[in-house]
Amino acid sequence: MTATPMVRFQGVTKRYGPLTVLDSLDLDVAQGEKVAIIGPSGSGKTTVLRMLMTLETIDDGVIYVEGEPLTHEQRNGALVPAGKSHIRKVRGKIGMVFQSFNLFPHMTALQNCIEAPVTVLKMPKAEAMERAAELLAMVGLADKKGHYPSQLSGGQQQRVAIARALAMRPRIMLFDEVTSALDPELVGEVLQVIRKLGSEHDLTMLMVTHQMGFAKEFADRVCFFYQGKICEQGPPQEFFSSPSNERTRQFLNAVLEAG
Amino acid sequence: MIWDWAYTLEILPRLARAAIITVEATLLGFVFAAILGLVLAVVRLAFPKTLVPISVFVEFIRSTPLLIQIFFLYFVFPSFGIVLDAFTAGVLALGLHYGAYCSEVYRAGFEGVHRGQWEAATALNLDTWTTFRDIIVPQAIPPTVPALGNYLVALLKETPLLSAIAVLELMQTAKILGSENFRYTEPITLVGLFFLAMSLVSAMLIRMVEAALKRRYVR
Repeated sequence: MTATPMVRFQGVTKRYGPLTVLDSLDLDVAQGEKVAIIGPSGSGKTTVLRMLMTLETIDDGVIYVEGEPLTHEQRNGALVPAGKSHIRKVRGKIGMVFQSFNLFPHMTALQNCIEAPVTVLKMPKAEAMERAAELLAMVGLADKKGHYPSQLSGGQQQRVAIARALAMRPRIMLFDEVTSALDPELVGEVLQVIRKLGSEHDLTMLMVTHQMGFAKEFADRVCFFYQGKICEQGPPQEFFSSPSNERTRQFLNAVLEAG
Repeated sequence: MIWDWAYTLEILPRLARAAIITVEATLLGFVFAAILGLVLAVVRLAFPKTLVPISVFVEFIRSTPLLIQIFFLYFVFPSFGIVLDAFTAGVLALGLHYGAYCSEVYRAGFEGVHRGQWEAATALNLDTWTTFRDIIVPQAIPPTVPALGNYLVALLKETPLLSAIAVLELMQTAKILGSENFRYTEPITLVGLFFLAMSLVSAMLIRMVEAALKRRYVR
């Protein structure tokens, strides 16, 4: 990792009142790297993604995207809190898929996928529709273009959500527990799409997940969060076979027992 | 007291013309109220700094009688150099008054849109204006239609207040007819029937709009 990291968290802290959710987090993610973030609930793992997506403010530290500060901008040599246009520019490199899909219920699958390209990227509508159709085909929903979210299963909705995020051509994709709201039999089709993305696209991915098997097979690195800090991290083989930290062992045992 | 059919037929055309004024005042007032309410609700949501002044304004309007607001626009504004004819002053007062009520209805509509919708819009980098126009408003408005419809009917039934500043709507016309002929039974009864018919038609139209929106948006 000699090049500029795609994402860098530098001393990032997030507090909710007296509660410190993230405690001076340092984390570098290389371009094209797939990082799985695991940990017990309340460990701050989702907050990491939400801050990167600018859905949460940060209380301390700086997040860099391709060497460029996301939450701050250089002005006269000093780092000052970023203005709206700067945040939008950097945010354009990032796409996010949510646990609860968050599709726009009044739009069809296709409309969901062209809204942002047309209004934000100013893409001609015909081109946006063509690309959206390709993306929907890629996630296996070529025949569901005209369906509304309520007419789709959870797994299908989540795949539309992935296509919608990809339509903005992000360099970084964030997956926030994207299979947690799905019935067990629908988890596979969504993970299959993410696998495909990993192999076909040069995307950097950060995913918060409870699917240990998927993390093990798919990720380049696993980060275990505990009480707002990265407690342990490493390549999945080592991480899962011989965790060095007591907390990690406890967590993995608990997850394995449940699963 | 006997119902005079000949008199009824004689005054009916004049009342029907007056009913057109009532309908005009209602529609113009309601369109103004619906737009003003939406603007207030959106501005309050998009610019948190305006929350207090807008809330104070809305409370002020809702907590003072409509009749006083009508008088204020018609009789007090001229002393500030703003002279409005009676119909305009009446429509503005109706719109202002019901706009304040409508803004609360819209506010509830906006609060009903799931937070995840805003977050998805942010994640897709939509600007605030596009988020409102394409994502939030289309979801927030359909559920407000029944409540807005109630205000339409309420506004319609308050238009007789305009007779106080001599707008020639139904009530004022009925009063004039009554005093001209020394018979109030027929004109006042007919005005009641006109309002009954207009209220029922409004309610029916609202239900049709509701049903159409349901087909389009609620899935």
